[in-house]
Amino acid sequence: MNYLHAIGEYFLMLKGVFGRMTKRSVLKDLIFKEIDDLILSSIGIVAFLSFFIGAVVAIQTALNLTNPLIPKSLVAYAARQSVILEFAPTFISIIMAGKVGSYITSSIGSMNVTEQIDALEVMGINSLNYLIFPKIIAMLAYPFVIAISMFLGIVGAYTAAVMGGFVGPEPFIEGLQDEFIPFHLVYAFIKTFLFAFILATIPAYHGYYMKGGALEVGEASTTSFVWTSVVIIITNYAVTQLLLS
Amino acid sequence: MIEVKGLHKKFDDEEVLKGIDFVFDRGKTNLIIGQSGSGKSVLMKCMLGLFMPEKGSIEYDGKSYHEFTEDEKKDLSKQIGMVFQGGALFDSMTVEENVMFPLRMFTRQKRKEMKSRVDEVLERVNLTGTANKMPSEISGGMQKRVSIARAIVNRPKYLFCDEPNSGLDPKTATVIDNLVQELTHEYDITTVIITHDMNSVLEIGEKIAFLKDGVLAWKGDKSQIFKTEDETVTDFVYSSDLFKKVRKAQLEGY
Ligand SMILES: Nc1ncnc2c1ncn2[C@@H]1O[C@H](COP(=O)(O)OP(=O)(O)OP(=O)(O)O)[C@@H](O)[C@H]1O
Ligand SMILES: [Mg+2]
Repeated sequence: MNYLHAIGEYFLMLKGVFGRMTKRSVLKDLIFKEIDDLILSSIGIVAFLSFFIGAVVAIQTALNLTNPLIPKSLVAYAARQSVILEFAPTFISIIMAGKVGSYITSSIGSMNVTEQIDALEVMGINSLNYLIFPKIIAMLAYPFVIAISMFLGIVGAYTAAVMGGFVGPEPFIEGLQDEFIPFHLVYAFIKTFLFAFILATIPAYHGYYMKGGALEVGEASTTSFVWTSVVIIITNYAVTQLLLS
Repeated sequence: MIEVKGLHKKFDDEEVLKGIDFVFDRGKTNLIIGQSGSGKSVLMKCMLGLFMPEKGSIEYDGKSYHEFTEDEKKDLSKQIGMVFQGGALFDSMTVEENVMFPLRMFTRQKRKEMKSRVDEVLERVNLTGTANKMPSEISGGMQKRVSIARAIVNRPKYLFCDEPNSGLDPKTATVIDNLVQELTHEYDITTVIITHDMNSVLEIGEKIAFLKDGVLAWKGDKSQIFKTEDETVTDFVYSSDLFKKVRKAQLEGY
């Protein structure tokens, strides 16, 4: 019953978010601020993680390729597939549920407990739109983050494979182009858009509807991380089943 | 003028307001007093539409709030200024941006006009020079005054203050009380103030509602409150030692 209530409340929240709009000029400033806080501030950590994950995938594959009949270019192929299909869109999104998600929950939650949301409502502002809409719009730029992640993941794989002497540069590039299916990219970016929406709205829900004080804001952030990850994983499964099988 | 009729409000099974009837007059500072937990803030939030009462009505200048259309509600909210108990400043904005916020939202003024209006109200609450600070960088009392500045910047018709001078030193508290009273008379607005402070009651208690356990236990003004024989009121008013002595002296006929 509780879950049903929460799901209903979540969809009512979305209805409110796309309801009465905040004044244009104010909204524009808010969106730029969110792009800064949600997108630009995440690029550093995403770049770091992606490079090293790509590198480790390459090393692991290379070390497990003991059969001389299998070409070494497979290292590049495996790195490409795993980075584009799962590591960049899904794995990075789970990390972002921790970074961006808890930031969203705690910033909205602390506004909630200090009556800042009430202050907006008293002024006749649709607080759902004011607080959440700019975050959704800012997250439209999230696929760029994932694109960077894909690129750096592969750069990491190349660096580790070639520098580590596992594969030569030519076989690597060859493997990278091997049996490339463009639809895999489409699939990855469809997922990414869905994850972006989930990353903006589920943490916002947990912040907006929490009750209590500073301690509960912390609890809400933790709960929000758990649920955001769960929904991302389930969505990932559903989309994969629908689009790839 | 704001009229509250038969207002009831429950949280779960706890009845917090048990039928409040009161008229908040225009051009006067109307005070709501009472012990902590007696329902003062809840009453104010019902009047502001933040809580939905189960029963009863709230009339703004003769028109019931329930009958307002969405547009009318929006118009009304532009004419309301509210000082929250904890200040409720937007902590991601500077003092100046906080005070400017209602102007940005509701007017088409140029940035320069808005800025000069903001400077004007910041001066009225004695806060010149803090414009570029963040709320976290100023003291609690200063935050309260910024909140007052934000509430009055767009010249509201209805001003609500939840303990505007709690946490302020007696001198600043008096300045704030006088400022609110001045504005009320100057612009002929309806002001509703929640307070614990007996000094405020003495200074600006032009009309007083005394709440006890969600019931309106007494109403009157500052000249009556110190004379009444009603025990629930005297218990509250003379609970501090200083006022007890004053009371004793009164009774003994000094
Ligand atoms: N959002 C809420 N949910 C549930 N109960 C609430 C809520 N807000 C207030 N109450 C309850 O209503 C009662 C009255 O609270 P209220 O905040 O109006 O007190 P108050 O008179 O303003 O006290 P104080 O002077 O301490 O601010 C309290 O018992 C409180 O627990
Ligand atoms: Mg209160």
